[in-house]
Amino acid sequence: MTLAIQAEGLSKRYRLGEGGYATLRERLDLRSRGRAADASRGREVWALKDVDLEIAEGDVVGIVGRNGAGKTTLLKAVARIVRPTTGVVRIRGRVGALLEVGTGFHPELTGRENVFLNGVILGMTRREIARRFSDIVEFAGVERFLDTPLKRFSSGMYLRLAFAVAAHIDPDVLIVDEVLAVGDAEFQQRCLGRMSELGQEGRTVLFVSHDTGAVGRLCRRAVWLDEGRVRDVGAAHDVIEAYLGTVVSRGGRSVISVSDTKHVSGLSVALLDEHGRPTDTVRRDEPLRFEARFTLTEALPRFDLALYLLSESRVQVLSENVSDQQIHIDGPGAFTVRLTIPELLSPGEYFAGIWLATDWESLVWQEVLQFTVSPRPDDPTEATRRNRVVQPRVTWEVERRSATSELHSR
Amino acid sequence: MTVQPRAAAKEWVENRAPSGRLPGLGLRELWSFRELALVLALRDLRVRYKQTLLGVAWVVVQPLAAALIFTIVFGRLAGLPSEGLPYAVFVYSGLVLWAYFSGALDSVAHGLVQNRDLVTKTYFPALVVPLALALPGLADLLVSLVVVAIFMAAYGVVPSAALVLLPFWIFACVLVVVAAGLWLSALNVQYRDVRYTMTFLLQVWLFASPVVYASSLVEGAWRYVYALNPMVGVLDGFRWSLVGGPAPGPEALVSFAVVAVLLAGGLVYFLRAERRFADLI
Repeated sequence: MTLAIQAEGLSKRYRLGEGGYATLRERLDLRSRGRAADASRGREVWALKDVDLEIAEGDVVGIVGRNGAGKTTLLKAVARIVRPTTGVVRIRGRVGALLEVGTGFHPELTGRENVFLNGVILGMTRREIARRFSDIVEFAGVERFLDTPLKRFSSGMYLRLAFAVAAHIDPDVLIVDEVLAVGDAEFQQRCLGRMSELGQEGRTVLFVSHDTGAVGRLCRRAVWLDEGRVRDVGAAHDVIEAYLGTVVSRGGRSVISVSDTKHVSGLSVALLDEHGRPTDTVRRDEPLRFEARFTLTEALPRFDLALYLLSESRVQVLSENVSDQQIHIDGPGAFTVRLTIPELLSPGEYFAGIWLATDWESLVWQEVLQFTVSPRPDDPTEATRRNRVVQPRVTWEVERRSATSELHSR
Repeated sequence: MTVQPRAAAKEWVENRAPSGRLPGLGLRELWSFRELALVLALRDLRVRYKQTLLGVAWVVVQPLAAALIFTIVFGRLAGLPSEGLPYAVFVYSGLVLWAYFSGALDSVAHGLVQNRDLVTKTYFPALVVPLALALPGLADLLVSLVVVAIFMAAYGVVPSAALVLLPFWIFACVLVVVAAGLWLSALNVQYRDVRYTMTFLLQVWLFASPVVYASSLVEGAWRYVYALNPMVGVLDGFRWSLVGGPAPGPEALVSFAVVAVLLAGGLVYFLRAERRFADLI
């Protein structure tokens, strides 16, 4: 077995209030330029602690873990963006790191100029970019706008162009962080496809995602990071199951550990029945009533909260933000937030997750509850299980426009 | 999909906790990132005059307007000495180099902070940024030199053989930009105070340099103290090469020595600070 990545005693310490922060992750808003001001000056956090890791050449490896477990820091250490505090990580071959889409994009430059700029930043030479230029443009589907300044692009076009460049880098070791969390589903699929292609060609891929479904489909192996340490390494399926077993609760109410999360405390999420009691089973003709409780320790600019649902195969079914309905949550204070989803899901197992974020960073983002949607007692469709996720109340109408005998007589 | 021809042997690279030793320059690696420096310099150049009415004309208009004001205020009203040259030629030849110097230094000082996303999301030797951002201003300087030539023709000033040394003085000016820029850009990562200091710093530096007045105003042993400002030697040399006047004396060596010390110290400080750029920025 040839190794591609090898870490020995890899540790990274951050001092809070210094700018960089263990769980700091720019919100996926591409234009955000905020900086975190921090009250808790002087506190130290080990984002990585004594990580020993060996990744073989050609392995496609997923990294899972809670918020602040050190996933992004591990990627940044492998990509040599941050220096370890102690220990060492060695990487063999050319490294391509996608920690953000469109790094270095400039709004005043044209699409064409930005392709070259971004490509070189991602480690391609201008000659390589020139050779692949038509592929990149075709992938993005923005031919007509190549000589238009980027600031005139819609956000969708912007993302497509950024993805297109990223999809054409050709490293020995590819490092991908969460970038798939933005963009439309088709593009996410194409990017996953491209990553799996690279894996089949014998490239090494290291991949962080909150989408445990994608990790499961794409990766042969997975690493579970917990508070900066490697908790488990092995076959992707086993590691993900073990990980979800600890973060997802079946009790109907889940208290989420946010000890190392700034600004938030006392976070819990519950699924409630019609009497307001926590439950883990909801009949399919009943609405889903979620309740989240949390305390914000200070005023946060454009604080936002989302609840999302995943099917058993970890396909995202829906994701609803509080801000979608122009509701603003202003800290500090203790809050209870309720979300009611009308009858929608077909019978089966589901996961619920929560996402809390400020203007520029996500504070919490993880799956928290597992629950069952049960069939109606008299459900005729239950006899024929179908491959579907949603089952809203639909209406069929059939109208006979003519009798069969008339057809024959024509 | 096409697969590019790959290097036969993949090399191990290492990311190790910093030791107490002095970091290496990493010239070979720096060279391998020359394309990044090029695209960053080009980006800066292209963006600068986008969506402006006058475009590149601003290169000429800014120092020209300053020269006009200085000629009236310092040349006519205050009657400052100008080494026997028409004051307008004297001040404009100094102002074009100063325009490059102040613009480039400002851009280099803010370079890392403005490219925060690059520093925190990609790997590259951070030296690329100050080096790349010191260059685009040279294009403007080139345009300005054409206008200086027109000025000289209009006032009947004929350049001497010293003109061949002009590239040397411009290179010396780039070195001052890089030397001071290394300190300022690295400091700026940790202390954003640099942003508020820049305007003030450049203003003081302008009047501490022989731009609007001739350095012959300073006399005797004080000339050596005066030359501790590296721009004294550089501006005197540049002006001498371009439009004439007295050749730089031995005090120019003081300026060169200061540049060398500033540059060496800047490199050490920058390379040591670089380890934590991504953590702090």
